[in-house]
Amino acid sequence: MSSRTRRATAVVATTVLVAALAACSSTGGRKAVEDAERARNAGKATTPKMTIALVTHSGPGDTFWDIVRKGAQDAAAKDNVDLQYTADPDGAKQANLVQQAIDKKVDGIALTLAKPDAMQGVVKKAVAAKIPVVALNGGLDRWKAMGVTSYFGQDEKIAGQQAGDRMLKEGAKHPICVIHEQGNVGLEDRCAGVKQRIPATQLLYVDGKSPASMQTAITSKLQQDKAIDYVLTLGGPIATVAVQSKASAASTAKIVTFDTSQDLINAIKAGTVQWAVDQQPYLQGYLAVDQLWLLKTNGNIVGGGQPVLTGPAFIDKSNVAAVEKFAASGRR
Amino acid sequence: MGTSASTPAAAVDDRVAPRSGSVRLLRRPEIGALLGAVVVCVFFLIVASAFRNVDNVGTILYGAATIGIMAVPVALLMVGGEFDLSAGVAVTSAGLAASLLAWYFNFHVWFAVLLALLISLAIGAFNGTMLNRTGLPSFLVTLGTFFILQGVNLGMTKVVTGNVASNNISDMQGFESAQHVFAWEASIGSVAIKAPVVYWLVITVVAAVVLLKTRFGNWIFAVGGDADAARAVGVPVHLVRLVLYMFVGFCAWLAGMHLLFEFNTVQSGDGVGNEFIFIIAAVVGGCLLTGGYGSAVGASIGALIFAMTQLGINYAGWNPDWFKTFLGVMLVLATLVNLWVKKKADAR
Repeated sequence: MSSRTRRATAVVATTVLVAALAACSSTGGRKAVEDAERARNAGKATTPKMTIALVTHSGPGDTFWDIVRKGAQDAAAKDNVDLQYTADPDGAKQANLVQQAIDKKVDGIALTLAKPDAMQGVVKKAVAAKIPVVALNGGLDRWKAMGVTSYFGQDEKIAGQQAGDRMLKEGAKHPICVIHEQGNVGLEDRCAGVKQRIPATQLLYVDGKSPASMQTAITSKLQQDKAIDYVLTLGGPIATVAVQSKASAASTAKIVTFDTSQDLINAIKAGTVQWAVDQQPYLQGYLAVDQLWLLKTNGNIVGGGQPVLTGPAFIDKSNVAAVEKFAASGRR
Repeated sequence: MGTSASTPAAAVDDRVAPRSGSVRLLRRPEIGALLGAVVVCVFFLIVASAFRNVDNVGTILYGAATIGIMAVPVALLMVGGEFDLSAGVAVTSAGLAASLLAWYFNFHVWFAVLLALLISLAIGAFNGTMLNRTGLPSFLVTLGTFFILQGVNLGMTKVVTGNVASNNISDMQGFESAQHVFAWEASIGSVAIKAPVVYWLVITVVAAVVLLKTRFGNWIFAVGGDADAARAVGVPVHLVRLVLYMFVGFCAWLAGMHLLFEFNTVQSGDGVGNEFIFIIAAVVGGCLLTGGYGSAVGASIGALIFAMTQLGINYAGWNPDWFKTFLGVMLVLATLVNLWVKKKADAR
């Protein structure tokens, strides 16, 4: 390195450093959140360490499943459990992940049954190997027949019907139901439930992996059909995109959604989104792990062999403040 | 390359004889796409009443712009004979980088935006350098980058925020002014124009001028046509590839900044699959998958065809179960029109 390039490097490095120090924001950011996080720390069990596998059908980077995972992690930390989390949206690959957990001889398996037919074989294998299995989130009508111990989740069709009931009560006549993952049984069930209550409901498929494409798709639908008075999305981040679409299309439609995210809680508070159907994903992860621990340490079965429903509950302007303080850490 | 053969007027060889203006026009790579675009446009004007509404032009242009901003640099890269499979997630990486840096270090938003630019350019430089050094197919090199970025996007976001989405930074200093630059909206009459539309047009014009009117443009065609031959006549092949990949990086940064300031937060899993949409737009726009042939304007028209089809189906209010099928049929038709025009022109 010549002395000239060395001097140039030094100048650049110093400039970046000085700029970094000078270019700080005095509002928002990490500082605000860290204090809140420090406050939480629950008690801890002294039972011997056990290993639990949590296998979901989540795609990478999904807000909803991150909340489920956080619930499971918090329960694992409390119960002295070594939690092994894996996920794959493909049914066959998810079954393979469960097989790997069986091979590792874990003490318990928590899994989702979004694609029950693909999972059936491997669940039976786990039960035959005397590994207790609990299900969460999906597979309400199938878990019992497979020999699964308990189920934590909501009935998607009932949740859809309740969302439809509420929209009907608020005067909805021409809603659209936005599906961001084509072929997902749970999402289709929700919209089917809404459609049972409001037959004029139209479906709109969008690409959940591209916010810009979701925005234009919803905008164009609102522009095409001015009669649309409600936009129902099936995920928190999609609802905030729909807010942008509504502005672009100069539409007066109300925006409501399933499932929450940090940003969505703010949107409900600000009034840009009316309400969200909450199935308490944190609870699904937490209870699934806690159930396996209870079964091993005390032989308990939560719900006594009946499904444990974690939703649907509604978050709207009247109760958003109570939820808001927990949303900052990504747990609601 | 770039040397135009001056033909002695006396001995006219039919291989280099000047062609009539209309044939020269028809031989341009983007003409087929342009006709395809007209066909798609007329089709939806007939079947979808909402498509006829002038107010909705802004929505269609915005849909095209979010694809076109990336399709143009990807097209240039394809003319240069290379692929970039990391282009889709690179957009997400740029948005995440700016958001996470600002939030974690409490940086002024503009400072984080500039750091994100450096990161995006570095990703492009990494792709280009890897390709130049190893000589592996760009398909493999950028496939590696695709997976690396996908993992980093998720892992880094999780490490920094503890969640899978970036935190909202709209309350931080500099956010508003950055929003005015990257996510503004203006009205021309009743048509609302969003920021990416203007950036898209500028990038298209700049890329088209560089490709057709400059020595560097000739180098791109030469490298894509035959890299060894180009090197033999003194074209700096490695430099050309490096610049092309860094141009993809720059445009990914621009698109990523728009996403960040339009939607306030970025989901770490977004962007996967978009790389193919960019490549499709470039191919529909007349780029050959083998390199050495194509155009920037064509890629932009390809993006427009894609957006018109996508939104036209919504505007027509068709049964959404068949959405992807409609999309596929329209794209194949557009490409066939494209091919047919090219054959006709070549036959003349």
